[in-house]
Amino acid sequence: MSRKLVRRLLQRTLPRHCLITDPVALKPYETDGLTAIRQPPWLVALPETESQVAAVLRICREHAVPVVPRGAGTGLSGGARPVEGGVVVGLSRLNKILEVDLDNCVACLQPGVRNLAISEAVAEHGLYYAPDPSSQIACSIGGNVAENSGGVHCLKYGLTVHNVVGLKVLMMTGEVLHLGGRGQELDGYDLLALMCGSEGMLGVVTEVWVKLLPVPPVKKVLLAAFAQVSAAAAAVSEIITAGLIPAGLEMMDRLAIQAAEAYVHAGYPLDAQAILLCELDGVAQEVEADAALVERLLRDLGAIDVQIADDPQAQARLWLGRKAAFPAVGRLAPDYYCMDGTIPRYRLAEVLQQIESLSVEYKLRVANVFHAGDGNLHPLILYDADIPGELEKAEAMGGRILELCVAAGGTITGEHGVGVEKLDQMCVQFNSDELEQFERLKAAFDPAGIANPGKAIPTLTRCAEIGGMHVHNGKLPFRNLERF
Amino acid sequence: MADRDISDELQESIAQARDAGVSVAIAGSGSKEFLVHSDTETTQSRLLSVAEHTGVVAYRPAELVITARAGTPLRELAALLARANQMLPFEPPLFRGMGTLGGAIASGLAGSGRPWRGSVRDAVLGVVMINGLGQKLTFGGQVMKNVAGYDVSRLQVGAFGTLGVLLEISIRVIPKPASEMTLKLELDCLESLSKMREWARKPLPITASCYHDNMLYVRLSGAETAVLAGASETGGEIAGDLNWWDKLNDHDLPFFKEPGSLLRQMSPPAQELVNDACVLEWSGAKRWFYGDESEYHGTGTKLFGAGFAQVAVSSPAADPVRGDVQRRIKQAFDPDNVLNPELLRANEAA
Ligand SMILES: Cc1cc2nc3c(=O)[nH]c(=O)nc-3n(C[C@H](O)[C@H](O)[C@H](O)COP(=O)(O)OP(=O)(O)OC[C@H]3O[C@@H](n4cnc5c(N)ncnc54)[C@H](O)[C@@H]3O)c2cc1C
Repeated sequence: MSRKLVRRLLQRTLPRHCLITDPVALKPYETDGLTAIRQPPWLVALPETESQVAAVLRICREHAVPVVPRGAGTGLSGGARPVEGGVVVGLSRLNKILEVDLDNCVACLQPGVRNLAISEAVAEHGLYYAPDPSSQIACSIGGNVAENSGGVHCLKYGLTVHNVVGLKVLMMTGEVLHLGGRGQELDGYDLLALMCGSEGMLGVVTEVWVKLLPVPPVKKVLLAAFAQVSAAAAAVSEIITAGLIPAGLEMMDRLAIQAAEAYVHAGYPLDAQAILLCELDGVAQEVEADAALVERLLRDLGAIDVQIADDPQAQARLWLGRKAAFPAVGRLAPDYYCMDGTIPRYRLAEVLQQIESLSVEYKLRVANVFHAGDGNLHPLILYDADIPGELEKAEAMGGRILELCVAAGGTITGEHGVGVEKLDQMCVQFNSDELEQFERLKAAFDPAGIANPGKAIPTLTRCAEIGGMHVHNGKLPFRNLERF
Repeated sequence: MADRDISDELQESIAQARDAGVSVAIAGSGSKEFLVHSDTETTQSRLLSVAEHTGVVAYRPAELVITARAGTPLRELAALLARANQMLPFEPPLFRGMGTLGGAIASGLAGSGRPWRGSVRDAVLGVVMINGLGQKLTFGGQVMKNVAGYDVSRLQVGAFGTLGVLLEISIRVIPKPASEMTLKLELDCLESLSKMREWARKPLPITASCYHDNMLYVRLSGAETAVLAGASETGGEIAGDLNWWDKLNDHDLPFFKEPGSLLRQMSPPAQELVNDACVLEWSGAKRWFYGDESEYHGTGTKLFGAGFAQVAVSSPAADPVRGDVQRRIKQAFDPDNVLNPELLRANEAA
């Protein structure tokens, strides 16, 4: 490819303010929310219409230039990080709500619409969009689809995949895929589910249909403090065994509690080893019945303190510490590294104990703030990037934590995606046959391999190099290596 | 429950078939034969029965997840879950108790609770499968949230075995509601449609609604007090038939046995299309009626039981881009057309 030619074609295609070429203006696009990993972009295109997106993709296809789709850049795994010689295609200016269909309780959005903006736009009708990543004021619905993002309420309301009913996808082949829409079910292969969590590697999403739900009329938030992490973990299982699905069920450990208290004074008990936050929502009678049951369970399980918040102010106060937990932990050390493994809930106490041992081994502190109801851990590893070797140590320890999650029957990522960050751990979770199946599936959408290359799926060569590949069914793992 | 792992034999059969250049026709119990209409007389396919591959691999009620082998009968699975006060969220038709878990996943048919409790694929968390190359592969897992790699597990739902032989499936389950009530209101079809839509915008404990024969049925589930409060809002009288929803899901109502072509529309109907003779479910998003398919192009209407290939790809109403992408995906999983090739061929021109 001729870089000069491609740049000239893009300049001819896009209005001047839609193409960034100046090194200073390119700077913010070097990274997403995973700021430790950077790559200067070559060019950033910020189209304002779908046809401009299509035109940019056509130029890239004709000249075999890699394309990195980008939403709001809040991703935590480096998914939107530029690739060498590639064009970053930012979708943030396609930010219109195209339609709200109250008959069928769905809305059609451009990909750059911010997550929270959806709920704000339909609030007057008593409706909302359920998935609520903590980044919801900033992150885009296109990014949510690409990461299959979750949030605090996905135990009850599901992930992005459960709340998206239609997509329009511009493929790298120039084809346009229309999937679903107003209706609820598709015949044929479920390409809609496949697109969710595909990290921009199968195509560029230019329209998203989402499901709208009635706002639950009543909410209650309970906070329970425990003298032992294992008791808090047991309470999570008991609540679910009792037949309840709380809207949210979050846990914080001692270090996180103390950081949050010092930062926002939410009134969390400082003598606790762990707290649980349990939110119940729904119709009044249901919430009343459930709250009484949860309170009884928590006390029976030895909670040293239970607080119940009925009104919005008191609820906001209980949530305050949880919502501020990341920045609060951020004050404890110059840097922190956020992990995202998921495990079966019954192994919570055990895995948290093992993380504690790793913390001792690596001499790095770890705070835990996480979606306990889903078994989705977010260990925050504290480090100081200015101390030579600490970043590498934090990364190594993070890798060990993810391997623990796999060994416990879980996964290396619950909601943040693989991106460039967890490629090595993919070699632990999947064998070579499985990784090759992923590659062939990608090729069905993107035979030239120009959609966000180098993300999410490691090459077999990489896995061979790190030696992480395991022998599967007694077969030699690298028999197909020469094909790469 | 029978507990038998024949995955090695199944893998061997696929490898042999591939080597011999023949294909296999995957079958569970055969309860959904009418859905796929594979023309077994004219094909050279070997029968590959998964029915013997049965048993629950893992089930801890507190995890809300069950992992079972594909041949496990749905009826047995439902009974096991019921003992822990849990259920499959997608209420699959049981087809007179014959259906297997693998068949339910491969066909992807969800019952009347779908808009509230989710579709079949919504509940799938992970699979172990054999692709057309005879490789045994694991995707997804047994946890609620998992975004490592492409979502190949959910891709198997509704693929009718054309991408792989399902061996094990992990499913998210839900608690059974403490109480449940079905009410009926005498309304015509249009009135029912607007009522359903009005309800969908309100926080009511509804888990199913259906218009049939000048009657609107609604199911309320949850804490007893919540159900009673919901009932006072929806109105209606208590429906006597406790198995009404099962009969609907299993197509055991007389409506489904009438002569003629049964059509299924899977997108919200235009007002002028609904009439009192149809059945409406899912707040209006699914409609059953009798008619001539060719009159409904572009409305999301298909002949029910016309076969997967026809439904998915070659029907004139199908989207050619999706058809091409589907064939390339088939190629990616089964390049030699070993698995259920009558349903979808990888390398055939459209
Ligand atoms: C403070 C903070 C809190 C967070 N909390 C949560 C949380 O609770 N839950 C959670 O799940 N995540 C969370 N995240 C992670 C992040 O916000 C989500 O992954 C989010 O969905 C990313 O959206 P984005 O618009 O910023 O996407 P980006 O970061 O810009 O991109 C993410 C990926 O999507 C691709 N992409 C973006 N747009 C498109 C498109 N239109 N078509 C195709 N591909 C596209 C990109 O190529 C990239 O691979 C958090 C992040 C931060 C910084």
